[in-house]
Amino acid sequence: MAGLILEARGLDVLLEDYQVLWGAHVDVGEGEIVALLGPNGAGKSTLMNTISGLLRPRGGEVVFAGRSIAGLRAHRIVREGVSHVLERRRLFPYLTVRQNVLLGAYNPAARAGRDEQLRRVTELFPLIESRANQLAHTLSGGEQQMVAIARGLMARPRLLMIDEPFLGLAPRIVDQIVGVMARINADGVAILFIEQNVERALGIAHRGFVLESGRTVLEGRAADIVRSPEIRKVFLGG
Amino acid sequence: MKRALAAIVVLAVLAFPLVFARPFPRHVMIMIFLYGALATAWNVLAGYCGQISLGHAVYFGIGAYTSTLLIREAALTPWLGMPAGAALAVLVSQVIGYPVFRLRGHYFAIATIGVGEIVQTLFINWDWAGGARGLFVPIKRPDSLLNLQFHESKAVYYYIALGLLALALGVTHWLERSRRGYVFRAIREDQDAAASVGVHVAREKHVAIAVSAALTALGGTFWAQYVLFIDPESVFPLSLSILISLVAVLGGVGSLWGPVLGAAILVPLSEGTRVLLGGTGKALDLVIYGALIMLIAVFQPSGVIGLARRFRRDRRQATGAAQASSA
Repeated sequence: MAGLILEARGLDVLLEDYQVLWGAHVDVGEGEIVALLGPNGAGKSTLMNTISGLLRPRGGEVVFAGRSIAGLRAHRIVREGVSHVLERRRLFPYLTVRQNVLLGAYNPAARAGRDEQLRRVTELFPLIESRANQLAHTLSGGEQQMVAIARGLMARPRLLMIDEPFLGLAPRIVDQIVGVMARINADGVAILFIEQNVERALGIAHRGFVLESGRTVLEGRAADIVRSPEIRKVFLGG
Repeated sequence: MKRALAAIVVLAVLAFPLVFARPFPRHVMIMIFLYGALATAWNVLAGYCGQISLGHAVYFGIGAYTSTLLIREAALTPWLGMPAGAALAVLVSQVIGYPVFRLRGHYFAIATIGVGEIVQTLFINWDWAGGARGLFVPIKRPDSLLNLQFHESKAVYYYIALGLLALALGVTHWLERSRRGYVFRAIREDQDAAASVGVHVAREKHVAIAVSAALTALGGTFWAQYVLFIDPESVFPLSLSILISLVAVLGGVGSLWGPVLGAAILVPLSEGTRVLLGGTGKALDLVIYGALIMLIAVFQPSGVIGLARRFRRDRRQATGAAQASSA
């Protein structure tokens, strides 16, 4: 494996005065696809929000491409090359598809190559062109997810983080998005994503991390995790 | 067609004082322009950027007090006092924004009410600035543009108020088409998503409140020169802050013409009840506003401008259908 592009370790994170993460860690290699797994309330989204700067950790370290980014604000972290597609897509509902996507290239580093990146992203998601002037909230869930990923890619990230990319989507749409993730990854972009369905997640990912109650309880190659007895314990409580 | 209609409206507005020489109709129009300008300024922060402020009287009052105190202390023309007031309002808005923008939604709105009350109390107790007694703008005769005082006719006030409204609309129009306008709307629609695409949310909010405060302060100076007396009760009250937002909400938040439309409806209503009912009718206009706002909130949350848009769309569809059936 090539070097790590992201390494988060020992993260303690509190929401208000409730501690959600207890020394959690995750890492992603260059060009790798990593799944972040765990039951509801395990802290997966909190961990991702902390990496992207929407939350600040009380303790711990986040290193991206050799630089410490823990505690930087979200708009700075995007510039470093981390793009975060939030849970439930979170498009700007009353802006058009095109406006949504272009806002993804808001940061100065991405703005320069915006047109070229738009062309590349449109190849992945033709609906950006065919639905350019449609208001985002009128799209179906699957279409919204594609626009959300497209918006994330416009920042020209080296690491794309997607929180629950398949949530509430039809199987056919899920396959489509899985295909797009593979193509994005083939272009050299590392991907970290959250998913509840272990088998599906590990069918896509190279490696996985399993969170439970705010701690990283299991990590390893996808094939190993699927077969491990611990994974049953985490998800079935057995 | 549309352009011709716009030209007619512009000409009518420009020619209005020539046709109506009596003070009252001119006064009503001046108030429409002033409240239209204030609501348009408020709309920059609240309508586009989504930060509902109920403390905009602070900036109005700062505009009024700055120019008036500069006349008293330095005999400075209000034309310089006006930008000075705007500059001070921008400064104050940044100081207020720093803590208050950490709050979201209702909490932000409530905090702005609190700040407004604090500022009003400060001025009531600030003797150098006139305290609770307020300040008279020193009367200068004869009328002069330099002193921004006109005792013979309201015509010049009319055009100055119109100019303020045009400025506020011009800024909003520019904003609507600029990249910054999209960024403001992105913050309004989803602040976290905006941050996640790299928008420096805090900075953009500070820009929005600066623009909004500056335009509001200009209106404050104009008001001081128009009535020639200001006190904390008249320029810093919560009721003014609320009125500014009501005007915009009634007309249509987040649209260019909505706030003007709101002013064109509410100002005649308020002036009309005042004239018809005198002191006994005090606040009756607010009772009517209240009812109107409730109707709007229930049936047309995008304001009167939304109603107009719907009407136009329906008509276009109707004519479209007629053409289709005749073809």
